[in-house]
Amino acid sequence: MTAHDPNLRADHSNEIGLYEKRKSVFPKAIDGAFRRFKWLVMAVCLVIYWGTPWIRWDRGPYAPDQAVLIDLGNRRFFMFDIEIWPHEFYFVAGLLIMAGIGLFLVTSAVGRAWCGYACPQTVWTDLFQHVDRLVDGDRNAQLRLQKAPWTAAKIGKRALKWAIYLGISFATGGAWIFYFADAPTLQHAFWTGTAAPVAYATTFVLTMTTFIFGGFMREQVCVYMCPWPRIQTAMLDEKSLIVTYKDWRGEPRGSVKSALKAATPLGDCIDCMQCVAVCPTGIDIRQGPQIGCITCALCIDACDKAMADVGRPRGLIDYCTLDDAEKEKRGEEPTPILKTIFRPRTLVYLGVWSAIGLALLFMLGQRARLDISVAKDRNPEYVMLSDGAIRNAFTLKLRNMEARPRTFNVALEGLDGGAMFTDEMDAAAAKRVLTVEVPADTTKPLRVYAVRPRGSKPAEFAFVLTSDDKEGGMDRGETTFTTAEGNGQ
Amino acid sequence: MSNPKIDDATGVETVGHEWDGIEELNNPLPRWWLWTFYITIVFAIGYCVAYPAWPLIDKATAGTLGWSSRGDLENEMTAETARKAGLMAELGNASIEQIAADPRLRRAAIDGGRAAFKVNCIQCHGNGAAGSAGYPNLNDDDWLWGGDVATVHQTLVNGIRQPGDDATRMSQMPAFGRDGILNAAQVQDVVSHVRVLAGEEKPSASAQRGAQIFTDNCTVCHGAAGEGNRTVGAPRLNDAIWLYGGSRAAIAQTVNNARYGVMPSWGNRLDPVTVKMLATYVHSLGGGEEAPAPAPQEAAPPAAATN
Repeated sequence: MTAHDPNLRADHSNEIGLYEKRKSVFPKAIDGAFRRFKWLVMAVCLVIYWGTPWIRWDRGPYAPDQAVLIDLGNRRFFMFDIEIWPHEFYFVAGLLIMAGIGLFLVTSAVGRAWCGYACPQTVWTDLFQHVDRLVDGDRNAQLRLQKAPWTAAKIGKRALKWAIYLGISFATGGAWIFYFADAPTLQHAFWTGTAAPVAYATTFVLTMTTFIFGGFMREQVCVYMCPWPRIQTAMLDEKSLIVTYKDWRGEPRGSVKSALKAATPLGDCIDCMQCVAVCPTGIDIRQGPQIGCITCALCIDACDKAMADVGRPRGLIDYCTLDDAEKEKRGEEPTPILKTIFRPRTLVYLGVWSAIGLALLFMLGQRARLDISVAKDRNPEYVMLSDGAIRNAFTLKLRNMEARPRTFNVALEGLDGGAMFTDEMDAAAAKRVLTVEVPADTTKPLRVYAVRPRGSKPAEFAFVLTSDDKEGGMDRGETTFTTAEGNGQ
Repeated sequence: MSNPKIDDATGVETVGHEWDGIEELNNPLPRWWLWTFYITIVFAIGYCVAYPAWPLIDKATAGTLGWSSRGDLENEMTAETARKAGLMAELGNASIEQIAADPRLRRAAIDGGRAAFKVNCIQCHGNGAAGSAGYPNLNDDDWLWGGDVATVHQTLVNGIRQPGDDATRMSQMPAFGRDGILNAAQVQDVVSHVRVLAGEEKPSASAQRGAQIFTDNCTVCHGAAGEGNRTVGAPRLNDAIWLYGGSRAAIAQTVNNARYGVMPSWGNRLDPVTVKMLATYVHSLGGGEEAPAPAPQEAAPPAAATN
């Protein structure tokens, strides 16, 4: 509340709410280039969301055949041919960083395109608004119904609409769980009541959030709850594309009729309010850039249609940068769109984004599918044997990240005169290379005792893990050999 | 407050306080906040009824649900015991040799033994089973009474020098100095000889004198070359490992006063499965031996001790 409103006291008898009461938004249906693009994005997003868990991907008998699977129980993340182990989580971290920089890139280039087209809140709100039109009719019918008393017809329509809301919400919340388990199996278990309780709980929570956020809260999520509209003020600059009402061209506004009567020539805006009527967040774009504008561009479609009807050029409301707005006001030519998008700032973002992406791809190509880690016993650090030989104990973790059993060789590198045996072998059979079978997609712990003869000095050495099969691969685990004289470091 | 002050900008009553010209609006609490507050009160009342809440003199109210954290623990322990019951039964039915031969049972026994070791054994043998002076290191390959799994098991079951257990490991080294069997010079000579046997000292005149004393007094248990005798728990002397220390003073102390290391009969204290798991675990620590071929029994001399 920034300014005193003299009517306020009279209207509300000094009671003032902390929050503005929501004014329901009944966006009018509109067709146009941006609307069709929005349809396309919505279809793609929904198909990806609902379809992805059902894609099958053959990985052989030892791994799940679901293309995208976040297997929390076994701590594996599958994405087509890529399998991520927990220790490779930096790939996911890299993807998150790319997503962050991607948002910077998109925002600085084309403004709040994420908000306007691809954000789930936008996609599902859009979907629910189509349900509104399907059940209640277009804007005017919805307005009438809102004001109408609760007759049987209204109750019936509301019940039908909310049932459809719930259906969509259930499908949305229910689809989420399929990313975390084998989809067909879980689907069967879900309907037969044998799925894990967490599956039902997740479905319930996400169904309710979808129902409430998409069905009722809608633009309030964007305006009051979401941090992104706040953050984007730091991302946008005077060269970012935003939806702009070109007031220098539109003002003073007036209908075609009043323009004929007016003494001074009026602007192009015919004040038909179509831009307000179609806005899914219920704002008036003619008031300038504002936090409620998700740049969905439906007002552009509406205005273009109105301008075509009265025979004026399109683009009274259009994607436009603040810089270009100033230029156009002065009557100069606007900057070409490509030059606006490909400017140093976006190119730097693009460069950083691509560099991280390429680095991730490179690492993905380079990563070994076997891995060794060495944990040295600290208690005792070393053991003296009868003949004066010194023994150190280690726990090796051998990771086989292929979806099939593999035979690994563990060899000593360095440690002259040394040999090793496991807790499943006789000490007399100690040797320098051990052959170990590791089951598919498993970490096998291996207890290893390394022995060196009497009088040996402390040393640094490594366990080297290799495989003779066609994938090969090599990994080293460096460690130390401790004697009474210390650990060689 | 009879004359409420109204803030011009908002039309809201103020609370009447003023700090350097800054006043506070008397806005009502948000409804959602108020309702959340009421719900927490209702929840708290319900909680006090259902769960332990009010402290009394010597306990607290129990609550209608009968919940307790001890009860939770008991349930978890019961569930865990039930989960392991099958495996424990298998371990109970299998002999110690059968467990050693079955990789699955052996692995389970090692894990269980590791846990039981932490509870029952580390007080003397140390957390890493490395022992200390007087308490054998169980990681190494030097065994007083034998290092195959069945022998380790028997040592555990019957203990060492435990009164009241007829099958306990039993032997006693004479206190050569204290009992006047050897004089002080002879003790020093035999110490020299023992250290030569172990490679700790170069041969000397003292050691040569000690060799004869050793032959007369010690070889019957410790062997002619100090190789030890496991049937009487007589330690090997010609190796690098000293249970009570390898310095002249420590060995002289042993020869003069003898040693009498003891270990409880775990068969009387723990259930058979736990003792089997402990034996399997100790055997897996790196010094475990294969079971020996049955050897002809020698007549065991009554005197022996540890070094």
